[in-house]
Amino acid sequence: MKSRRAAYDDVVVVCPTTLPYVRYSIHGAHWFLAGALAELLKRSGLAKDRIDGLCVSSFTLAPDSAVGLTQHLGLTLRWLDHIPMGGACGIVALRRAARAVQSGDADFVACIAGDTNHTDSFRQNLATFSQFARDAVYPYGSGGANASFAFLTAYYMRAYGARPEDFGKLCVAQRTNALAFPTAVMKKPLTLDDYLTARMIADPLRLYDCVMPCAGADAFLVLRRGEAEKLGLPYARILATIERHNAFPDDPIQYRGGWALDKDEMYAQAGVGPDDIDVVAAYDDYPVINVMQIEDLGFCEKGQGPDFVRRNTFTADGSFPFNTSGGQLSGGQAGAAGGFLGLVEVIRQITGQSIGAKVPDARLGLVSGFGMINYDRGLCSGAAILAAGQ
Amino acid sequence: MTRPLVRPPRKNPILRTRVPTLPPGSRSRVAQGLTAAAARGEFELQVCRDCGTVQYPPREACRKCLSHRLDWRAQDGAGALVSETTLHHSNELFYRERMPWRLGVIKLDSGPVVVAHLHGDCPPAPSRVHVRAGLDKAGQAALIAVPQKDTPNMADDRQLREMTCDPKFRKILITDAKTALGQALVEAVVAAGADLVWAGYAEPWKKPPGFERLTKLPQVSLVPLDLTDSRAVKNLAGEIGSRVDILINTADHHRTYGIAAREGVEVARAEMDTNYFGLLRLAQEFAPAMRTRGADGQSSAVAWVNLLSVFALSNFPPHGTYSASKAAALSLAQCLRAELAPSGVRVINVFPGPIDDEWSQALPPPKIAPERLAADIVGALRGGAEDVFPGDIAQDWLARWRDNPKALERELALTPAML
Repeated sequence: MKSRRAAYDDVVVVCPTTLPYVRYSIHGAHWFLAGALAELLKRSGLAKDRIDGLCVSSFTLAPDSAVGLTQHLGLTLRWLDHIPMGGACGIVALRRAARAVQSGDADFVACIAGDTNHTDSFRQNLATFSQFARDAVYPYGSGGANASFAFLTAYYMRAYGARPEDFGKLCVAQRTNALAFPTAVMKKPLTLDDYLTARMIADPLRLYDCVMPCAGADAFLVLRRGEAEKLGLPYARILATIERHNAFPDDPIQYRGGWALDKDEMYAQAGVGPDDIDVVAAYDDYPVINVMQIEDLGFCEKGQGPDFVRRNTFTADGSFPFNTSGGQLSGGQAGAAGGFLGLVEVIRQITGQSIGAKVPDARLGLVSGFGMINYDRGLCSGAAILAAGQ
Repeated sequence: MTRPLVRPPRKNPILRTRVPTLPPGSRSRVAQGLTAAAARGEFELQVCRDCGTVQYPPREACRKCLSHRLDWRAQDGAGALVSETTLHHSNELFYRERMPWRLGVIKLDSGPVVVAHLHGDCPPAPSRVHVRAGLDKAGQAALIAVPQKDTPNMADDRQLREMTCDPKFRKILITDAKTALGQALVEAVVAAGADLVWAGYAEPWKKPPGFERLTKLPQVSLVPLDLTDSRAVKNLAGEIGSRVDILINTADHHRTYGIAAREGVEVARAEMDTNYFGLLRLAQEFAPAMRTRGADGQSSAVAWVNLLSVFALSNFPPHGTYSASKAAALSLAQCLRAELAPSGVRVINVFPGPIDDEWSQALPPPKIAPERLAADIVGALRGGAEDVFPGDIAQDWLARWRDNPKALERELALTPAML
């Protein structure tokens, strides 16, 4: 298939940044977003007044939006965006920032995502997550996405023969990756037996199938290649990106996502195929969605996910290096930062900036995002293929 | 299959009575359409008037053609259980106290996908189920999927019972058991498995026919009660108030005529004294204890039933002052509903048409038989509704009132004055 999407030319992404995550915090979201921006400036060597574009994602910034943040952080900008897309916000932020830089609307776009987590803020966020969730899901007692993903997981297991051990294998591999990652929240080794015997949360989901909400932030910077070189920053090029919202609305339950509609165009735009990818980061609030992304992004056929899991290994040194920072399942879910975490990890891996387990000779990475259980399914999907600079 | 409820052991007086908690009760305004139907015991969804698409969750515009013309229409609820889960964890106290909790995703035959509570007797997915709407403890509509065909003891399902006020193993006060309706109701709740029935009677020197029979039932305990006597109400509340799980206020003072046919206010005042102030006295004395017992184990305080009249919706001039007293009682019942809401105790308002008794003697049929009305009240307790319109006349008036309340007012104004 020939892609009609314009290439990203010499737009690049630098400074993959992860603030240390904490389980609970008394600070507001602004504290974490400010910390992420400060870290971006420190790493890039840019003065704050050089930042002329900002892209923000956060669930806990209310009553502020990205607009309020400009005054809070003392930024004067000529381009501003706010992306309320949860697990897809990293991909979408990258796409929009890249086009802004490419078109000259901005020169240095800081993309930041972060949230705080007070002791009761997770429950309150769930209760008011969306109109459909408030009217038609939350009153039924489901702990947020737990019930929704329990439905998907139970259906997927029945339809495609996945076993708990298959999901467990992914979770254990991600924990192994997390043990080497300095800021991951979960630092205790996890065995398959621990996984299989953990307490039930929402049948068939057990404790280690579910992400732990926490506080933190992630960030990256989008700019032109020449500027990155002037600053002496290792960079990743953007080969292709896709996004899709409310795909397959007539499926009675979600067993596939928007990637299935768009992946061919993505690979065509990038000029590579799934076999060329060295490292993959997928949105992983529950392991079933990992398997769904592996299928829908073309690493195997629909329904072959369980077999793919059995045939491969997923640690950084494995046959299919996957969520090499531990993902959210072992790193924690810092709200909207969960939509950035895979993206910044892939940038680190392919630009030689890994701070945890390193994937040998990684040059080409694929990042996938998935977000917003508005009612019974995740609505936003996206993906990007990034290549090492030069 | 659901195991039948067993009679709960005597309450341990040392243990703390659990404070009532509620499922999340916040809804958008448009979602209240589901509650409006569930309050009448119906399952309705929005249907697009332009393209016929059935919608869920409730919304402001058709998902297919964007029309704003979405009408709430009755649904048969048939559908396929696509997937299910059993929750062992929730962030909400109400559910934490009731784990495990079964939920399902159902693809309705009419189109939409719903998330619903799942009755324990529904076979595992994939299977055929039936979706109903009822009010939950928060007083908001919730969907529950039940088996296609009734199963033995299905009313005893733990999750279903959180949405009903089933009389089984509950202690019930019937404020006036002397009328034909009162007597029928005592027998009906005994037959429904009530643990204990306090049968209220005023003016003990008057022995209505059939009343002796009630005293033979082992579950029945006669209690003197006159709602026009504040002290009598207070005394009885002091004696039994902390044990009443269901209160059914059947006391009713009914006289004919409107304004012009009679001089003075004495009759109207007597109607108000029982029908309005009687409810107020009862509510002041009995509601406080019931409010604290909304989550008191298997047989918690669960419902307060008011015998109103369909005349409360729109004045029936031949019984004009009576209609006014019932309208006043309806308004007060709404206040009581609001005050009991935090405890999860449901206020059920019953709006019968004319009852086949001496005070409706001159009204033409159809009139509702006391036995039938009693059965409908028990049915309401076993169901998920809060506004009940038993009998053909009540259903007819309700339909006319919902269609055009002004037209009903004009139609009733034309009734001959002396009925």
